[in-house]
Amino acid sequence: MLKIFLHVVRRDLLLAMRQKADVLNTLFFFVVVVTLVPLGIGPEPALLRDIAPGVVWVAALLAAILSLPRLFANDFADGTLEQMLLSAEPLSLIVLAKATAHWLSTGVPLTLMAVVCGLLFDMDHRSTAALVGGLALGTPVLSLIGSIGAALTLGLRGGAVLASLLVLPLYIPVLIFGAGAVGAAAAGLSVSAYFLLLGAFFLFAAVLMPWAVAIALRISVE
Amino acid sequence: MSTLSVRARPGLFWFSSPQTFFPLAGRLTSWFFVIAAVLAALGLYVGFFVAPTDATQGESYRIIFIHVPAAWMSMFLYLIMALWAALGLILNTRVSSMMASAIAPTGALMTVLALITGSLWGRPTWGTYWVWDARLTSELVLLFLYLGFLALQAAIDDPRRADKAGAVLALVGVVNIPIIYFSVQWWNTLHQGSSVSLTRSPSMAATMLLGMLLMALAFWSYSIGAALHRVRSILLEREKRSEWARELRAAERLN
Repeated sequence: MLKIFLHVVRRDLLLAMRQKADVLNTLFFFVVVVTLVPLGIGPEPALLRDIAPGVVWVAALLAAILSLPRLFANDFADGTLEQMLLSAEPLSLIVLAKATAHWLSTGVPLTLMAVVCGLLFDMDHRSTAALVGGLALGTPVLSLIGSIGAALTLGLRGGAVLASLLVLPLYIPVLIFGAGAVGAAAAGLSVSAYFLLLGAFFLFAAVLMPWAVAIALRISVE
Repeated sequence: MSTLSVRARPGLFWFSSPQTFFPLAGRLTSWFFVIAAVLAALGLYVGFFVAPTDATQGESYRIIFIHVPAAWMSMFLYLIMALWAALGLILNTRVSSMMASAIAPTGALMTVLALITGSLWGRPTWGTYWVWDARLTSELVLLFLYLGFLALQAAIDDPRRADKAGAVLALVGVVNIPIIYFSVQWWNTLHQGSSVSLTRSPSMAATMLLGMLLMALAFWSYSIGAALHRVRSILLEREKRSEWARELRAAERLN
């Protein structure tokens, strides 16, 4: 079981490394979106500090959405996905591995980049730590929930836009508590409740999502 | 109707066949529309002429007779839609999936209605059309979930895949609704608490409650009627090449 899991993770990461442009584009998109907000709102530090958590989180959601088609589309196009469906290994395990690889190639870079965003918006250390910690817990949930959108819209016309329509409403709880943690940290309150809830979302998604995604993949490919 | 003599015995799944369900849905549709019209007339009469004026909100509260039933229906219909979708996914009965597709537009309509009446009610009482309050926001998210379901089904050409993909999405949505609801609740709250509850005695006049219940039943009947009417169109469209649909068309042409 573990061997298959690691094998799929390694394979997907290798593929991601071979197409560096895809991974870097997502990261670049994230930075550009975050940069555009001060240009639209104005350079007042106090105001920017207030809206920073929301801005960074929304940019992270959009970047995660943007990279969703990468999850299954290439494997679907070259027939690998059908082999995975036919294989004797549990499909949900493969899905979990693919979501993990997706997180490692998009969520982790975004989380690291958030440190720079904290500097851009003049956030204090505590807030930046809450932002980075929240993203570290929240981005795997984004990858897991996003995979259901990617699986359901596989091979459809305008599938990418549709996937974002399906998935964005489901991202709301992660957004609320992720941004809420930073707000609490900035106000000097305890952030543990927010992190516990984000952790609960992560466990919940990690248990249920691969199973639902496996069903969705079988429907989409059959 | 059919010239085929071999037929299954009536049982639990008797009406799960498009051929037998179509005429049943046709008969029920008109009944439910009539019941809806009668109940709505009664409910509006009670609401506008019998129920007393509210002590704090004056006459403007009377929009409650549309607002609350619409909000109830918007949530119930999502659950019922998910239930039909799950039945279609598990038992592989086509008509169940078609019922789910038929309910979705009515559910979306009820959500829009609840949002619009709510904002019209909010203007005189809260002084604003919209606030980022928990209930309003979660109702808006519910609308997004309905629209996602409709968009997904519209994007898939193969009806069987559309049914099943929609079912998975509806079920994921159902699991998520309580999570979204409570997140939004903790995020912000201004909306008044529910006025009707099963455990406490209601905090409103009996006639108000009566008007609201009559309207709620009218909305139920309308929703059932509309869903059945829509499912008939879906049935005809999908089964247009089958024998019973051809016979139906031939019979229509004769009349």
